[in-house]
Amino acid sequence: MTLNRRSFIGASVAAAAALSAPMVKAMGKPRVVVVGGGAGGATAARYIAKDSKGAVDVTLIEPTRKYYTCFFSNLYLGGFKDIEDIGHTYGALAAGGVNVVHDWAVGVDRNAKTVSLAGGAVLPYDNLILSPGIDFVEGAVEGWDVSAQNAMPHAYKAGSQSELLKAQLMAMPEGGVFAMVAPPNPFRCPPGPYERVSMVAHFLKENNPTAKIIVADPKSKFSKMGLFQEGWANHYEGMVDWIGEDFGGGNVSVDPSAMTVTIDGEVTKVDVCNVIPAMKAGRIAELAGVTDGNWAPVNAADMSTKADADIYVLGDASQQGDMPKSGFSANSQAKVCANAVRGALTGSKVFPAKFANTCWSLIAPNDGVKVGATYEATAEKIAKVDGFISQTGETSDVRKATYMESEGWYSGITNDMMG
Amino acid sequence: MWRGLFPLTLLFGLILSLSSVVWAQGGDLDAGKKVFKKCQGCHQLGEGAEHRIGPHLNALFGRKAAGAAEFKYSKSFKRAGAGGLVWHADTLDTFLENPRAMTSGTRMSFAGIKKAEDRANLIAYLREFSDNPADIPEADPTARGTDHDLDPAILALQGDPEYGAYLSGECTTCHQAAGGDAGIPSIVLWPEDDFVVAMHAYKNQKRIHPVMQMIAGRLGDEEIAALAAYFAVLEE
Ligand SMILES: Cc1cc2nc3c(=O)[nH]c(=O)nc-3n(C[C@H](O)[C@H](O)[C@H](O)COP(=O)(O)OP(=O)(O)OC[C@H]3O[C@@H](n4cnc5c(N)ncnc54)[C@H](O)[C@@H]3O)c2cc1C
Repeated sequence: MTLNRRSFIGASVAAAAALSAPMVKAMGKPRVVVVGGGAGGATAARYIAKDSKGAVDVTLIEPTRKYYTCFFSNLYLGGFKDIEDIGHTYGALAAGGVNVVHDWAVGVDRNAKTVSLAGGAVLPYDNLILSPGIDFVEGAVEGWDVSAQNAMPHAYKAGSQSELLKAQLMAMPEGGVFAMVAPPNPFRCPPGPYERVSMVAHFLKENNPTAKIIVADPKSKFSKMGLFQEGWANHYEGMVDWIGEDFGGGNVSVDPSAMTVTIDGEVTKVDVCNVIPAMKAGRIAELAGVTDGNWAPVNAADMSTKADADIYVLGDASQQGDMPKSGFSANSQAKVCANAVRGALTGSKVFPAKFANTCWSLIAPNDGVKVGATYEATAEKIAKVDGFISQTGETSDVRKATYMESEGWYSGITNDMMG
Repeated sequence: MWRGLFPLTLLFGLILSLSSVVWAQGGDLDAGKKVFKKCQGCHQLGEGAEHRIGPHLNALFGRKAAGAAEFKYSKSFKRAGAGGLVWHADTLDTFLENPRAMTSGTRMSFAGIKKAEDRANLIAYLREFSDNPADIPEADPTARGTDHDLDPAILALQGDPEYGAYLSGECTTCHQAAGGDAGIPSIVLWPEDDFVVAMHAYKNQKRIHPVMQMIAGRLGDEEIAALAAYFAVLEE
């Protein structure tokens, strides 16, 4: 139907309302394209498909056929999990009505509202959700770039990198040195590097007890610092040497061919070097033009970007305010976003945004700790409401229960993401 | 007692033969009553007992698994019942030692009772509430899991399940919608009152768990009612 002035005037309130409501599409089902099948993207795709009961077309673009969760990848390093325990396929999402396309998104045309894929396809969207996770800032650690990631793995995207780091850990000579270059804020999973130190220490204590761990850190403090340091002293006495900003931990360069790390001018030959460089939003967010600096600023109420109301960014890639970059956060944001997108496209009820996060970390067998908070949407940002953290000196029963809880959480969130 | 022909019975039979010695020795009723405190949060027993989070346990002996009328059981419990599992001292003993070893998908959030003596005492106590022997003593269901001082107006609120469905996103990051539970308890198919009472207990810091206190702390009465309404009927 073409609208001329007569028919427009003749049309009733309904048509007038239709013109102002984004839900009305001239024909066909509304289309949502989700880029990235991780904690944010898989959850958003699943919830929109599930809750719209077929009223919205949902396509998920994800290059890998199996998603290895970064969460619990440290437990894999420590020997508490097999690599396949943390791998998840997309079959259940597909069975749940999500069109899963294994490809890379390589471009976004915001005027035409299309996403182009490496394989050549061009997909139209009404709403686009980007949850591409992180990429590394080039030149962040002197001497390191992605071509050096085999000699000095980051293992900050899980899968082959995690397996590589584990293999290097296992191959360490007796009494060898494991070095970590920790990242500056903000980065994915604030307790992640320190849980990793704990798990590596656990592995070495069991298999190579005279080995040492050095951590060069550009920060002077880190997430759950008191808890981790207490745990390192209790379980791994004398093994971990953490060099913070105050002692030159930020003044670091590496030489991947010589396997040396230079911290504040002092050169050390190491056996394994885990370089975790500074991070930025996954590159597709930048290609879509929705980033400002390293991250994509979003509106707290629905995770839509400040740059484009039809594009949403979830999880690590977003710059939203107070929430840490975690799988729990990405999952929480995805559900708020899914509710808003479905509302915009089908007219379903939109409820106010609520967010939460809890991050569990394992320090040693049955010694789990956690930190968490709730958040709300304000005009400026996602703002913290309330929070808690495990206490130092807790009983072993409490710590064990906390670890058991993290196992429960892992089953919960992976089911919630992947169906 | 094992009349079913389902292959599961073979497996159960194996487990049973290992543990059947203990219950045969009988148990101490008073001690059993104390052990039952562990069960009271979810199960009622004795005169006027009703289904709560778990089914009431009167007339348990001789009852088929998943056999109490009007209680919504997990799929795996129904399967066990259909496969011929009937509650007697020996089967209860196996079940109570490690509930999930017997029915892997049970919603019973309970790790089990390790000490054989405790199990034998509990089973003896439970037996008092079945028809046979007929002289069932007066029941004394005092300290119920649902004891509370919650404003009846809060309990009377009718929750909006659609709102509950949205809010449930905050729960299902940890609590599985399918009802599975390991490390984190199941919250599906609870009677609405029990759900509301538990959430308000967290909100008012009477139940201690930092994550739950934080989550419940900012839920309003309507929101708790909405969640209760949603989870009460969520099917696996
Ligand atoms: C060692 C470690 C431990 C952690 N532990 C925890 C923990 O215990 N708890 C917790 O909550 N969080 C934890 N995290 C953090 C958590 O993994 C991330 O915050 C979370 O995965 C972020 O979700 P996301 O959707 O933003 O990105 P991701 O989960 O990384 O998903 C991004 C997906 O997008 C895909 N992608 C990227 N670019 C494109 C493109 N152009 N086209 C198509 N697809 C693309 C990628 O293949 C990837 O699958 C940990 C992280 C690490 C590294």
